[in-house]
Amino acid sequence: MDKIKAFFGTRVGIVATGTVIGILAALLQKMGNPGNMGICVACFERDIAGALGLHRAAVVQYIRPEIIGFIFGALIAAYAFKEFRPRAGSAPIVRFFLGFFAMTGALVFLGCPWRALLRLSAGDGNAIAGLIGLTVGIAIGVAFLKNGYNLGRAQKSYVSMGWILPLAMGALLMFLLLAPQMGDNGQSGPIFFSVKGPGALHAPVAVSLLIGLLIGFIAQRTRFCTMGAVRDIILMRDFHLASGVLALAAGAFITNLILGQFHAGFENQPIAHTNQLWNLGGMVLAGLAFALAGGCPGRQLFLAGEGDGDAGVFVLGMIIGAGFAHNFSLASSPKGVGLYGPLAVLIGLAFCFFVGFTMREKI
Amino acid sequence: MTDSVDARGLSCPQPVILARQKMHWLGRGTFEVKVDTDTARENITRLAQKEGWDVEIKEAGREYVLVLTKG
Repeated sequence: MDKIKAFFGTRVGIVATGTVIGILAALLQKMGNPGNMGICVACFERDIAGALGLHRAAVVQYIRPEIIGFIFGALIAAYAFKEFRPRAGSAPIVRFFLGFFAMTGALVFLGCPWRALLRLSAGDGNAIAGLIGLTVGIAIGVAFLKNGYNLGRAQKSYVSMGWILPLAMGALLMFLLLAPQMGDNGQSGPIFFSVKGPGALHAPVAVSLLIGLLIGFIAQRTRFCTMGAVRDIILMRDFHLASGVLALAAGAFITNLILGQFHAGFENQPIAHTNQLWNLGGMVLAGLAFALAGGCPGRQLFLAGEGDGDAGVFVLGMIIGAGFAHNFSLASSPKGVGLYGPLAVLIGLAFCFFVGFTMREKI
Repeated sequence: MTDSVDARGLSCPQPVILARQKMHWLGRGTFEVKVDTDTARENITRLAQKEGWDVEIKEAGREYVLVLTKG
């Protein structure tokens, strides 16, 4: 057990994790997930929000088993290696709104950092502006961190507290399996499933769930985090996490080439728009919010799985944020940015600066 | 008395930032860092070793005390 534990902490361990995620993401697309969206934490949480009726964008409603798998995979890993540590209480309401605005930014770009890498590895040039924006946002976050920004300490809590979000995910899994028997076969609620559009595209449930579990397990062990990768380079020239992130892009790129999923260009890329200003702007907001919250959306799920209640609140903020993003015309679509998307990004940035400037200790 | 940094309850990357500041502040010597997650233990250990500090890890219940030394 100790040898396995040590392996995951090495450079080889993180590179292997990134490679596996990249390959599996490309395979999930082959098996039915939407274009250049084998895995997208933001988009999948948005689909879950839609399935629960929190927004009525009919084309993006589905309970994505990958998200459920991520949390349970991390939970299993945390228990197996005695790392399940229930903790909470580090400014949860701030984390909720960081999640909310992170989702806003991600949906203006159309993807989380994982999807930005997957889009690039499938030839979508629009992802470049998103990745630049992400880096800028994280760099701003690092500047706040260097000036003492800190959301305060979490406290140890009850084991049952650490189980709240996993239990909620268990409920989602039940909804996923039972929805066909509820109402009008998922057409009129209470659980909504898209009949067309990206929400209708998905790999078989069991495959998605198993891949989610595997990724949740190895990512919890290796602390895989796309935001942390960029942050650690800027903050302390540490390339440990970055090597995993690059491996993800490389693994996906090679798999996409083999599967014929690589199509270079800017126009007509799947579930993407070509407004580079807001591809960039959306991800500046998302990157800053992730940096202030201490993890990318994937990492927040894995933390939630190992008992971090504050990360769980961030996840809920993202899901509720997705509801607002579609109900308030903030989210982009392949046609372009949403009517109020740019304004929402500016409001989100104002919120992040308010948090970054006012919540700090002298160091 | 050994200098001490209490990074318990702090989320990533605060424990590493605090430990790093202490390393740069002291330059050499010995100090300890208290952490309560494995992620913080691993991150601080990796950074400290990169910067030439020896790391001794003491387990105290579900917490860790990392003793960092540079001669």
